[in-house]
Amino acid sequence: MTSPLNHLPSAKEVGTFEPATLASNFSDLHPPLTHRQAMIESQRCLYCFDAPCVEACPSEIDIPSFIRQISENNINGAAETILEANILGGSCARVCPTEILCERSCVRNHDAECQPVLIGLLQRHATDHMQFDDHPFKRATSTGRHVAVVGAGPAGLSCAHRLAMLGHQVTIFEAEQKPGGLNEYGIARYKMTDDFARKEVEFLLEIGGIDIQYGQRLGDNLELAALHQQYDSVFLGLGLGTSRALGLAGDEAPGLMPAVDYIKTLRQTDDLGSLAVAKRCIVIGAGNTAIDMATQMARLGATEVTLVYRRGVEAMSATVHEQEIAKANGVRMITWAQPDDILLDSQGRVAGMRFAKTQEKAGQLTATGDTFEIAADAIFKAIGQGFEGASLRDATAAELARDGERIQVDDMLRTSLPNVYAGGDCVKPGQDLTVQAVQHGKLAAHAIHQALVAKQEAA
Amino acid sequence: MNTLNFTPPGKHDSGDSVVNGVDLSVNFAGIKAPNPFWLASAPPTDKAYNVVRAYEAGWGGVVWKTLGEEPPAVNVSSRYSAHYGKNREVIGFNNIELITDRSLEVNLEEITQVKKDWPDRALIVSIMVPCNEEAWAYILPRVEATGADGIELNLGCPHGMPERGMGAAVGQNPDLIEKVTYWCKKHYSKPVIVKLTPNITDIRVGAQAALRGGADAVSLINTINSITGIDLDNMVAKPTVGHQSTHGGYCGSAVKPIAMNMVAEIARDPATPTLPISGIGGISTWRDAAEFIALGAGSVQVCTAAMLNGFRIVEEMKDGLSRWMAEKGYESIEAFSRKAIPQTTDWKHLDINFKTIAKIDQDLCIECGRCYIACEDTSHQSIAKLTEKDGARRYEVIEEECVGCNLCQITCPVENCITMVPQETGKPFLAWDDDPRNPFRAAS
Repeated sequence: MTSPLNHLPSAKEVGTFEPATLASNFSDLHPPLTHRQAMIESQRCLYCFDAPCVEACPSEIDIPSFIRQISENNINGAAETILEANILGGSCARVCPTEILCERSCVRNHDAECQPVLIGLLQRHATDHMQFDDHPFKRATSTGRHVAVVGAGPAGLSCAHRLAMLGHQVTIFEAEQKPGGLNEYGIARYKMTDDFARKEVEFLLEIGGIDIQYGQRLGDNLELAALHQQYDSVFLGLGLGTSRALGLAGDEAPGLMPAVDYIKTLRQTDDLGSLAVAKRCIVIGAGNTAIDMATQMARLGATEVTLVYRRGVEAMSATVHEQEIAKANGVRMITWAQPDDILLDSQGRVAGMRFAKTQEKAGQLTATGDTFEIAADAIFKAIGQGFEGASLRDATAAELARDGERIQVDDMLRTSLPNVYAGGDCVKPGQDLTVQAVQHGKLAAHAIHQALVAKQEAA
Repeated sequence: MNTLNFTPPGKHDSGDSVVNGVDLSVNFAGIKAPNPFWLASAPPTDKAYNVVRAYEAGWGGVVWKTLGEEPPAVNVSSRYSAHYGKNREVIGFNNIELITDRSLEVNLEEITQVKKDWPDRALIVSIMVPCNEEAWAYILPRVEATGADGIELNLGCPHGMPERGMGAAVGQNPDLIEKVTYWCKKHYSKPVIVKLTPNITDIRVGAQAALRGGADAVSLINTINSITGIDLDNMVAKPTVGHQSTHGGYCGSAVKPIAMNMVAEIARDPATPTLPISGIGGISTWRDAAEFIALGAGSVQVCTAAMLNGFRIVEEMKDGLSRWMAEKGYESIEAFSRKAIPQTTDWKHLDINFKTIAKIDQDLCIECGRCYIACEDTSHQSIAKLTEKDGARRYEVIEEECVGCNLCQITCPVENCITMVPQETGKPFLAWDDDPRNPFRAAS
């Protein structure tokens, strides 16, 4: 996966960090609360009526209730409150940008304290410490219906779990060899440690009635038309598998690669020391992936990490909290500059990049005419994701109505094709967040259930 | 080794009665002390070692832990338990300890020495012996010989001693209170304080009985019968002795409101208008002390707060109380004692025409909705829930529906956000006794 960096030394060879330091650089970024801390923090919740935090949560978790349950030391009760709204509540507790969601709307921000209740960490406390003898959710009587779910990411898993609860049989088709989607392959390593993504999926599957088939890729060895015909309904949780190209000469040069591909390798490796490290590197982009990439490269031992964004800080989609993490790790941030040329050495490998300074004039981003160069051994693109080419090669999928690049769905998550639903990053509505994908999956499951039950009644 | 005997400028000696320019000294029923903060009869006052430490810390007086007949009482292991708040703060405290388990001789010797060494501090001896004159006639001269300033009759211990015909068994019987007090006055020449048990129906009856017996003062409250919690795994109350438990005596902050009412009841009682009261019950801060004094206490006794924090808390109690007194212009404890009594009355004397309504300060409101749901679910549906154009919540009092119950103000987490505003009704003062709506109104 990191073959474009094969000419670069490994983290061990670079030797910035001892193995033990390297390991600790990728341990939990935000350590969990202790029991006592959770009890104290839970007391800070005002148990608001019609709480703003619930409104701000894309998956509509009843936050005041689960915090009250924590405060009563009813951890299983708290976990069940979370999971019944969001079966991936454990990973959302780790990856949600709570600072722009529930915690931003916490009324404690207004208070003289100016400090929200640490909702994310409390949610993690509940989901980390729950202890169920049996899976907490039961399946309804079998409906005899069978639904196909494409993609075992947060949207697909959430949809499958809810469908299973509602009594349907589910088969998930996953292109990779592991479930979890971005939770498994895309989230910064220090945000989800100890193989949590796998454990969470194992827990989710305990409900039963869900079968996952791996190595099944739409447009490759899987056809939407066939699924459409064989199953009572289909849910597409395809994600966005392809990194956008810079559109410059040298896009294929050794030393240039998509950030998501590097992160995927980083997430899967058992040996951090073996990873290729660019001592000097550039990350292009301004989203959480760009931040994750820059921060992780610094933590692997890169000494000069520069993040370059074509607009100002205020336009960055990475939250201020994320930006602070990068800065704390020594990442330099340059704004108002866009890639102009990839600089290559005599062997055709990345040697740096020339940037064109930008400005905004009448709402339009234009080059000022000034340029500058940054020397680097590697360039990581984090300028956004698009549909994976393969999935679009599927004739039926290619015919689905689009909203811009993404699949068009209505408020029932229905696509333009009857009985085919979609959710998560591959559809237009909502934010590109795990929690949003979980909500899409859940809502789609209910929509599918409603349609199937209506059909049953009509029959 | 040389010891520097040096008091930094501005630092007062632990026994100084003048703190921050205010005189905190009291003369309680003839017992003088440099300040009104006394330690109640309890484990902190069980022996000379503790009492000396308390005096060194600055306590104005001490009521020595209850002496009894020989042989001394025997205590069980596992003695205290607590009623905790959510953050493990101790709201209430419970004990099943008995009176002193040390020999009478040792206690009397120590009391004699301590009084000799600390002549300016109040030293009162708590006593509990069986309910016959001989028992009291035997112990009282021996206590008098110690030089202590007075005695306090423990007629309220709720556990262990009543089974032996002492403590609350006496305190719950007005005739016995009177009789025991009478014996004490007969066989002891210094002030006699009768400590009252709250485990009765009407606290005034006990105070009146003490006065009839000749008491110089009363002190209250003793602890309240209590069970603080159950270990739900083993189905046994706390504190757990082996695999059993028993009720104990409750004290600490939680009992303060009960104690203050009982103090006020006696202070307001026409039968005991000048009977000195030593206030006891959950006093933890200078403000608690000021409140008891405003309701008629001439001194206050502290136990739980010291047991939880150590004797040093008295420093802030003295400092805080004296600063507040200076600010208010009170030159002595006496100057504000009983100040709240005239305004403490029976419900029937309240002004039925008084009207107050809630006002929400929209700038301070954090939009938690607690006032709304409290009023909507459990009170008078007097708060409207509105949504602003920008989606912000807004809560407004529906003035014509508000009865001025204070619930919204109480549940509001923001200080001063909801205030209760007295309304100009144009109606005269009207007590229920005179209200035409009162079916039992005396015909005028």
